[in-house]
Amino acid sequence: MDIYRAHVLVCGGTGCSSSGSATLIDRFNEKLAENNLDKEVKVIRTGCFGLCEAGPVVIVYPDGTFYSHVKPDDVDEIVTEHLLKGRKVEHLVYVDHSTHEQDAEKSLDEINFYKHQHRIALRNCGVIDPENIDEYLAMDGYKALEKALTTMTREEVIDEILKSGLRGRGGGGFPTGLKWKFTYQSQADQKYVACNADEGDPGAFMDRSILEGDPHAIIEAMAIAGYAIGASQGYIYVRAEYPIAVKRLSIAIDQAREYGLLGKNIFETGFDFDLNIRLGAGAFVCGEETALMHSIEGKRGEPTARPPFPAVKGLFEKPTMLNNVETYANVAQIILHGADWFASMGTEKSKGTKVFALGGKINNTGLVEIPMGTPLRTIIYDIGGGCPNGKKFKAVQTGGPSGGCLPESLLDTPVDYDNLIAAGSMMGSGGMIVMDEDNCMVDIARFYLDFIVDESCGKCAPCRIGTKRMKEILDRIVEGKGEEGDIEKLEELAQTIKSTALCGLGQTAPNPVLSTLKFFRDEYEAHIKEKRCPAHHCKSLLQYKIDPEKCRGCTACARVCPAEAITGTVKQPHVIDVKKCLKCGSCMEKCRFGAISRE
Amino acid sequence: MSEMDSKFAELHQIIEAHKDWPGALMPVLQAAQEIFGCVSEDVQKVIAEGLGVTLSEVYGVATFYAQFSLQPKGEYVISVCLGTACYVKGSQAVLDKLSEVLDTPVGSTTPDGKFTLQATRCLGACGLAPVMTINGDVYGRLTPDQVPAIIEKYRTPA
Repeated sequence: MDIYRAHVLVCGGTGCSSSGSATLIDRFNEKLAENNLDKEVKVIRTGCFGLCEAGPVVIVYPDGTFYSHVKPDDVDEIVTEHLLKGRKVEHLVYVDHSTHEQDAEKSLDEINFYKHQHRIALRNCGVIDPENIDEYLAMDGYKALEKALTTMTREEVIDEILKSGLRGRGGGGFPTGLKWKFTYQSQADQKYVACNADEGDPGAFMDRSILEGDPHAIIEAMAIAGYAIGASQGYIYVRAEYPIAVKRLSIAIDQAREYGLLGKNIFETGFDFDLNIRLGAGAFVCGEETALMHSIEGKRGEPTARPPFPAVKGLFEKPTMLNNVETYANVAQIILHGADWFASMGTEKSKGTKVFALGGKINNTGLVEIPMGTPLRTIIYDIGGGCPNGKKFKAVQTGGPSGGCLPESLLDTPVDYDNLIAAGSMMGSGGMIVMDEDNCMVDIARFYLDFIVDESCGKCAPCRIGTKRMKEILDRIVEGKGEEGDIEKLEELAQTIKSTALCGLGQTAPNPVLSTLKFFRDEYEAHIKEKRCPAHHCKSLLQYKIDPEKCRGCTACARVCPAEAITGTVKQPHVIDVKKCLKCGSCMEKCRFGAISRE
Repeated sequence: MSEMDSKFAELHQIIEAHKDWPGALMPVLQAAQEIFGCVSEDVQKVIAEGLGVTLSEVYGVATFYAQFSLQPKGEYVISVCLGTACYVKGSQAVLDKLSEVLDTPVGSTTPDGKFTLQATRCLGACGLAPVMTINGDVYGRLTPDQVPAIIEKYRTPA
């Protein structure tokens, strides 16, 4: 193995790739060669570092200098200054949003964003080259598989997972060990292990980051699961929208086969196991386990009623054990370090850590992994750096289309499965979208319903018809045509859908409406009774006005108005004809004197 | 061999290779979508015959998943992310502006076959919200006023 004096880690996750990190890698290699440093410094494309907001991100080791928002033109300077002369490029060093500190001496772990984190599922993301199995092996990779196969019985493996208290990270929070045990107990000539990588929850991208940054962790865990339940074949069902993840996973599977870590007689124990990738095709409902299995079978991804549960009758009618990506990402660590180690983290009923995708109106957008039980406030303010532009926090949405919006008053809730449900939301896959005072909660509820109406598979009437009726009512409300009694109708529909829909997608579909009704009922009432949107968001309810004191009569607004709704003489205050106004906002953008306001 | 013939020859090869797979229909349809840019009725018929399933089954699957389209798409496919993170940061306004500039409703193709405008679910680039992609090129941190200049770039090829 070649020894290098320095390593340049460039994030190759989807976020940083989208902002041009591939060009950075080429440029680094080019410049290093020009300076004859290519034998001394190695450039590695890693998985996601998590702090997407700062992308593209580059870390230079051994110093651990964290450069953010690096542009191709900055590469020259990093190479000639830092790598050649050993002088850190101060002006490119990451600036901490919450403290406005820019400290080149601070290591990654000391930055606010990382300080509170505890990375188990993400431990290798941004650390190793995901396309190189040797790097995974160097991080104790496949040691857990070896330990399980050579020193543990199948029952002991299942017991360890049970004792650890690990629960499904895909949303439901079902105890993982129980799932393993049930499938183990089923008798059949063939069983399957499956991985749900159909991450459909908008705003959640931890599964993708794990697949992109540490694909071998999933392969290893699935092999361990295969051994435990008695399956020789596994399927990974990945979203087609994740090309980088699919590519790295394919490379990883090939490498594992080459090293004899997949295939026949693994570790000379007589255990056979192999994996196949199946691609999704853009259907949210396929995240539901029965729908996912139908999709792998090549059918329409429609859910079926349970029981029979997949542990008894799943894929191709055989007992099947399906876990989510992040769940699998914990397995090898539990086997290596023991159930007690894992169970020492978290709360009474939610053990370990959870990865959250912080997004929306928050300074530090990205992925964070924190121990269960961390309060929402710590996640949003200490790690996330709060809302940008000094705006006031309004709500945080967790659990995606199945979850709910929680207000400021609940920010001290320690995050775990049970607390979030008690608060009226749910864990879901870990999307955490922050909203500020400019976001209208009625519109957000409408947005989620729109998503559900679009993604409902149409099999059962409550979901197919019920969610559509709910959306029609919400459409009416945001257009200013809400009527007395609409809120009650929404509540009645919501309860009916919750109790009668066929699958989890339908049963949880009304949650965004119910939670916003619970915490932001006044916004609904303002829309319906006063025809007013308190967040000044809903177009139909806005009124544009010109302040005669501030207007200089420059005519710019009148000229830009597409509806000719603004009249007035030059150098005299203008007026907007409310009846003609289309509420497009062009005049407000154009006005140089801040004379136009909307309310 | 015409271009169409060679595409069908390729499809036949794919069908042969997947025939004995359990659940072959999805991977075959995905390959067909890649080859033809859409799965028209002719293509569906060939797949049904090749895999020994009914045409209604193929049609059922093809219309269930968003990835498969029955009509060809435009030269440039513009996908605006309507994931939650993008939505709360104003991607709807970007989508509306695109619809206005292209003079075509969301989910349709311009009459000249140049642009298809669609809303898409989370692309996972939430750090760059609001985001859109045009044939794989990613545009992040968008505002509606950037839209006309971006579209102009694709209208007049360099």
